[in-house]
Formats: sequence, C-alpha cells, structure tokens
Amino acid sequence: MRYLPLTQADRTDMLAAIGAGSVDDLFCDVPDGLLLDGPVQGLPAHASEITVERHMRRLAGKNLAASDAPFFLGAGAYRHHIPASVDHLIQRGEFLTAYTPYQPEIAQGTLQVLFEFQTQVARLFGTDIANASMYDGSTACWEAIAMATRITRRGRALLSCGLHPHYVSVAKSMARFTGDTIASGTPDLSPQPGENELIAQIDDQTACVVIQYPDILGRIPDLTAIAEAAQATGALLIAVVTEPVALGMIEAPGNLGADIVVGEGQSLGVGLQFGGPYLGLFGCREKFVRQMPGRLCGQTVDAAGKRGFVLTLSTREQHIRREKATSNICTNSGLCALAFSIHMTLLGGEGLARLARINHARAQATVKRLSQVPGVECVNSAYFNEVTLTLPKPGREVLAKLAERGVLGGVALERLYPGVDELRNGILVTASELTEDEDIETFATELAEVLS
Amino acid sequence: MSAPNPSGWQPTMGDADYADEGFVTASGDRGLLLEEALSFEIGSAEKCGVDLIEPEHEPADALAPFLRKHAPDLPGLTEPEAVRHYSRLSRLNYGIDLGPFPLGSCTMKHNPRLNEKVARLPGFADVHPLQPTATVRGALEAMQELAHWLIELTGMAGVALSPKAGAHGELCGLLCIKAAHDDAGEMRDVILVPESAHGTNPATAAFAGYKVESIPATADGRVDLAALKEKLGPHVAGVMITNPNTCGLFERDMKAISDAVHAVGGYVYCDGANFNAIVGKVRPGDLGVDAMHINLHKTFSTPHGGGGPGSGPVVLSEALCPYGPLPFTERTDDGLVHLVEEDNADEFGHTKAFGRMTAFHGQMGMFTRALTYMLSHGADGLKQVAEDAVLNANYVLRQCEDLLEAPFGKAGPCMHEALFSDTNLPEGYSTLDIAKGLIDEGFHPMTVYFPLVVKGAMLVEPTETESRIGLDRFIASLRHVATRALNGDESLHAAPVLAPRRRLDETLAARKPVLVWKGEDSG
Repeated sequence: MRYLPLTQADRTDMLAAIGAGSVDDLFCDVPDGLLLDGPVQGLPAHASEITVERHMRRLAGKNLAASDAPFFLGAGAYRHHIPASVDHLIQRGEFLTAYTPYQPEIAQGTLQVLFEFQTQVARLFGTDIANASMYDGSTACWEAIAMATRITRRGRALLSCGLHPHYVSVAKSMARFTGDTIASGTPDLSPQPGENELIAQIDDQTACVVIQYPDILGRIPDLTAIAEAAQATGALLIAVVTEPVALGMIEAPGNLGADIVVGEGQSLGVGLQFGGPYLGLFGCREKFVRQMPGRLCGQTVDAAGKRGFVLTLSTREQHIRREKATSNICTNSGLCALAFSIHMTLLGGEGLARLARINHARAQATVKRLSQVPGVECVNSAYFNEVTLTLPKPGREVLAKLAERGVLGGVALERLYPGVDELRNGILVTASELTEDEDIETFATELAEVLS
Repeated sequence: MSAPNPSGWQPTMGDADYADEGFVTASGDRGLLLEEALSFEIGSAEKCGVDLIEPEHEPADALAPFLRKHAPDLPGLTEPEAVRHYSRLSRLNYGIDLGPFPLGSCTMKHNPRLNEKVARLPGFADVHPLQPTATVRGALEAMQELAHWLIELTGMAGVALSPKAGAHGELCGLLCIKAAHDDAGEMRDVILVPESAHGTNPATAAFAGYKVESIPATADGRVDLAALKEKLGPHVAGVMITNPNTCGLFERDMKAISDAVHAVGGYVYCDGANFNAIVGKVRPGDLGVDAMHINLHKTFSTPHGGGGPGSGPVVLSEALCPYGPLPFTERTDDGLVHLVEEDNADEFGHTKAFGRMTAFHGQMGMFTRALTYMLSHGADGLKQVAEDAVLNANYVLRQCEDLLEAPFGKAGPCMHEALFSDTNLPEGYSTLDIAKGLIDEGFHPMTVYFPLVVKGAMLVEPTETESRIGLDRFIASLRHVATRALNGDESLHAAPVLAPRRRLDETLAARKPVLVWKGEDSG
C-alpha cells in the first residue's frame, strides 16, 4: 500500500523490539469480542491510483461544471476568476501540510499570512480588527450574534428579512441551545429593503440587529439609519457581507456604523466547491477584542529582538478556557484564508475596485438584456452584481428546464423559501467578470423559449 | 538502536563553528534562510497582479448613494512579486512534507496528492451548491458513497455530513441529543466530561447551553466508572468521551459507561479525534456510542492547511438519526441520490430535523479528498493504518521511556500516541525545553501540556505514515534532547537557536495586542 512506509520486516523487528508477540497484543485493552477479526465487511479492498482516479473522474463527470455552461448563480456563493498563482501557492507543502501554528518559531509563514489576512479583512470591512477566520459566513454570523449577546447581556437578535435564509436557519438551530430569541421574517419583493419596518422592531431587549449588505435579493440597505437606531437602544449592528467583491465599490459597513462585520470570503481565491470549504470573515471594533471568537494572530518580537508573530489572546479560547471560552471553534479555515489573502494581494485595493466595477457592469448588461424577455422584470432599484427577477412562471421549474438546455440560470427563491407563494416566481441572477456577452444572449434566448 | 538508514549514512554537523553567530549580512537573510517583509511594506496602490479590462460603463445612478469614497487601502503586488512573497514565507514553515509532525491528538499524516488532484476536477471544484439537482448527481453520489464508508467503518445507523470541523461536529451531536430529549419532553441540563477531554468538549457543551460537570480519571488514566455512575441522574443529557482517550489509552469500560448512561436516559457522545487508532479494527457503534464526529482532516488525511479547513461529519445511532440536521443525501430504490432539504424533508420522512448547521452541504472539497483516500486504502488498508499507527506509537514509547517518564507505560501498551511527562527532569527543566530543543533538531515538537491530567504532558503521535528510518531519527533526537535536559545543559533554555525565530514574546503580544498592520508606527 503506497501510503504505508513500514515493510513486513520492519513490523516484525519493531514488534520484537517492544516485546510484543503480535500487533493485536497492542490492542489488548479492547474488550473481547469487539476487536474485528478481519477488514470491515461491505467495503472494497485497496485500489491503485489509476483505479481510484478513474472512479472519481466518473463521478465528477456526472456534474455540470459552472465553466461548461452559461452560469448565473449566486445567493451566498459566487463564481469568480481565480488567478492561477493562487492555487499553485496554496499547494506548497509548507502551507498545505502545516498545522495550526502552535510552535511559532517554525510557523512564521502561516502566522505572517494570518497577520496580513487580518489586516486585509479589517481594511475591507472598515473595522478596527479582524480575526484569523471562521468556518464560513453562516457560522460567523451566528458567532457574531452570540458575541453581541455576551457584550449587551441581552437575549434577542433581530434578523432583517434580507438575511440569507440558510444563515437564519443556522442561527435558529443554535438558539435552540442558548435560549436566545431570534426574530426573523421573509422578504417582500419591494425595490428597496424597508428600513423603517426593521427599526420599529428594535426594543430594549434587542442585543443586535443583523443585516445583510447587499441583501439576499441583491438590494442595498441603508446601514447608517439602522446603525443609529440600534445603537440608540444599546443594541449592536452586525453587518453580513456574502459577496466581498461588492466592497470594492460600495462603502464598507464599518465606515457606516456597523459594530461587527462578518462575511463569506469564498468569492476571493476559494472557488465554488459545491458549498465548502468556505471562509468565514469576522471583523469588529477593537474594544470588543476580548469577546471575539476564534484565533487571533498578533505581532511581537523574539528573544533576539526580531519582529515575529504569534497566536495571541488565547485566554478567550477553548484549549485554555474550556467551558468559559468565547466559542468552541478550534480548526478554522486557514488554507482558505491564505487563498483569499493571495488573491487580495494580487488585486490590491485599486484592483478590487476595478473588479467590482466590472462585476456591476456585467450585471447591468445582464439585467438589460433579460428585461427584454417578455414577462421578465427586475425587482431591484439598486444592486451590485446580483438581482431578483420575477418571471411569469414558477422559478424553480423554469430553471430546471433551462438546466436541461445547458444553462445554469440562477437560484430559485422557492428553493430558499419553500412554500412562500409570493416568492415562487422569483429568481436570483448574478453576473461576474466571467460572464460573457454570449452567455447573456444564450440565457435570454433560452429563457424566452422556456417561458413561451 | 539501529543505524538511521540501511546504508549507515547519517548527516553530521560538520564544522559546527562555521555557523558563526556573529556573522552579519546586509540583507538580514543568511543563505537559504530568508526573511520576508509584510506585503504592505513591499506593495503599492499602482500594482496589480491581475489584468482587468476597463468596465464598459459607469455605475447605475441608483447605486450612487452607496458608493465607496475611496478604494480599500490595500497595496497590490504583481504576479512575480506575489509568487516570491508567498514562496519565501512558506520557507519559514514546517510541514508534514518536510518531516514528522508528531502532534498528539492532531493526527498529522501524509496528505496524498491524488486527493488534491481529484478535489480540483471541475465537476467537483467548479459546481455551485444550489445548482438544480439534476446537474449535480455525481457530487451527491460522492457524498452518499462517503456516508456509506463512514457508516460501515463505525457501525452506526446514519451520518450528518455538514459539520465544518470537529468542534462543529460536537455541536451537531449535542444538538441531536437536545432535540431527542426535547422531543421526549425531557429537560436535561448537564453534560459530563472527563478531566482529560479536549478543550472543545467542555467549550461545546457550554456554548450549547449545558452545564458541564467533570469526571475524574483513575490512576491508570481512564474514566472513573464509579465516579461517573455517581453523577448520573435524570438531569444528565449525556457524556462526552474520547476513545481512545487523550492519554492515548483505550477506554476499557466504554461499553459499561454507555450502558450506565443509557440506563438513565442519557446519550453517549464520543469525540472521534483519535479514530485513527481503531479505524478498521473496532466499530464505535459496538461500544454503545450514539454520536461521534470524525475529523476527516485527521483520520482520512485531508490537509490541515495551517489550521483548516477541517470537516467533521457526525455518525449517529438509530435513536438520534431522526434528529440529524439538513441537508443530507438519500438514495431511493431507483438508484438516484437526492439532496434532502427544507422543501422535501417531509417527503423523505425526516420531519424532526432541527434545521441547518451551516449554509450549504458541508465541506465538499474535503469529502472528495477523504473518499479518494478511503478508496485508495480500502477496508484492508485502513485496518493496516490503525495497526501501523499503534505500532509506531508503541515503538516510540518503548524506545524513550528509560529517559522520559511514561506515566502509563508500565500498565501496558498505548494506542496511537505515546504519553510522557517532565516529572523526571531536573529542577528548572520542563516540557517546553524538550519541545524547543526538538525544533533545533529539525523536528516539529509533539503536543505539549495536554492532556491536563498529566504534569508537563508530551503527547507523541507519529501516525502510520512515518517510516522506520524516520522514526529512528526522531527517537535519536528526542533522546538527545532529553539527555541534554537530564544532564543540566543550560543552553537548552535558549532553544531554538537554529530556527527562523528564537522564542517569541507571547506576553508582550497579549499585553499590547497588535492585530493589524498600522503602517510604520506599528513597530
């Protein structure tokens, strides 16, 4: 077996060296009858690299890859061009096969990357500080809510109707444990999210208001108004960014008054990967640092006075504080943070701004052409690269038919909000720098045929 | 001890004085020992490593009120500069590709490159989680196949694939337990956790709203069954047990523990971090376990990547299966694999799910890697994995126990990790010195000061992917460093002196946290 370096002779010698008669003597603490007498039944035996690769290729071949179709999906996972050097660099063994940097003297590569990553995220979000990553946007969102309840000592989280329904579901799952109250709702198809309705629901028990920016329908809420209203009652504003490329163009939530900004970093460097692994981004005001979840990398010096980096403020964390920790998170998304950071470094702030403008322009072109299809209307007044369209027929059926024609035309609102009649005919459509005129034309033509 | 390799050749220090401490270079680099500035110190706003076209038109007027006043203040690098920056940084890291990484409980084994290749096939890597199901049948089949392997290897009834890492899997397991008790109308608020548990166990239980009560260990490093039984009652929701435990020992009483917990209506959560020791040899389902997370990034070789991503599927017993989270896959009689989500959960009879743990379907990129690894090893190979992992650990234990105190060494063999303590080192010498001395030897240290139940713990997990030659080299170095400590070699307190950095000032880092770069004035 190609991954096992011990030879039969090694095994015999080593057993003799430790005074064991057989390898099963080493399993003597396993009670009688529980040690299996052969390989687990019902599973195949070992296979060569050729055989395994063939099998996995066959499975991969049954999927329609985004690159093989006109592609317009978003809703929390976005397809962008990833420069070739990103994937090359993250596969360097010193990054790929390292552990969490618990021994900083021989992990300065990972640690310096995390310090750069934290700085990039903080500057992108407009927050004072950021952590070294969470699992993904949805879990980062819950962690932010949990942090807000610790800071305010209040137990009610008010989620805006525009928050991704999967993020809402995660928060509700977790609130079952903690007893916190989650207030949430279903969005309506108005051109702009209504801030007043949300503001009216803020009360003196509200720990935080959670608002997605741009929201699930691609609309852009007025964060400033909500931040003021929330903070006037002692609540925190948590902004959730599922498409960080948008922040190349629209104002950073931290600059608009958000106390905590979390997000999904998958757009930069990570790729679609059928939903994971992704990258949770987490930034906040500096005064909240000791309530933050997750790892933090900090600058220091070594015994010879050289600048270096270490994991710090670990007294918040589970391996030190155990049941008093701010979170149970241990492993995070280190390698995805590296990919994000490399992609961000290749772009730079100006590059990100231009990439964002290209995304917006491609979305404008997409909306313009699709709006010419009879019965198709765009809901949004303002949008970045994602919009909600209404169709004269149920969105899910239409998208299934488009998929049969080789077009991946968007995400049906029915999939995100099953059973909500008012949203059945809605679809989310996203464009990016990878969207070509030909893709838009094919989408429009096929959509017109499916709808006719 | 045998020669370090069959030919007898071994590296030497040569003329040690040659590496003159006082030698100063203008660059700060020393030959291939390279220093690297921060990207912010070498980049600039004008530089970009991506060629981007000029956008075809101006932003829509409706967007005007929302526009940023300034682009994010982040300098860019061109591609050659970026490749060099990250390549140079990588050289400051130790990885499993360079040598043993014997972190106990972390299972740093070789990461096969076929796994990387497969995960990058466009049919897996470039697929959106919300594509119509008909366009992702192969991805769903891969998930179903992985689920099958996990269920068969553990002897459990089902598996929730979506948890993102081990600690997230622990939450998932406790949520299932909570949901089961809620469903039965029972209010239970205590989770029992052994003293020797990973920090994530009590943290998870507390994060999940339970009170944590600690169970003491016996003198032979195992859960005290009598003490556990005394704590059981109608208020106990369950126990969280690690097996093999964090002392590297198999919990002999596991079945009796499960029976006792079940007798009072509680559930048994098993932390599967140490599954590598028993994969293919023992099925947790046979031990009475109700829920167990499996770290795909440990036992099934997906890379740790400097701290993640992980992947923590949770296998569930018959009793807990109805409560597993959405989404999951299920195969119908016609052979098709379906994705069960909110809109079709009822159709599949899954009416008690508590919702989602995460936005999408879990760590697909890790699923494909882990499945590739399982198919490569097969059932026979995985059994050999556990046997070789346990053999390698016992070999380290027996080759070093004359120099380093092995608290449970006399009692019998260990499982996949060898545990030492610093109790026999002279005054002023500790585990930290051994760890830092190993760095100068060119090895990553073992896990230190964990488990907490052993003073100055050193937990060595070589894994099955170390060769005999590699083990002998590591053992020789560990013995050398231990001997330095035993002989009172004070120079050991300065270690490491040969690594990219000397000991770092962690107190300074925590007292005046500098978490982001603030320009020249950030020091």
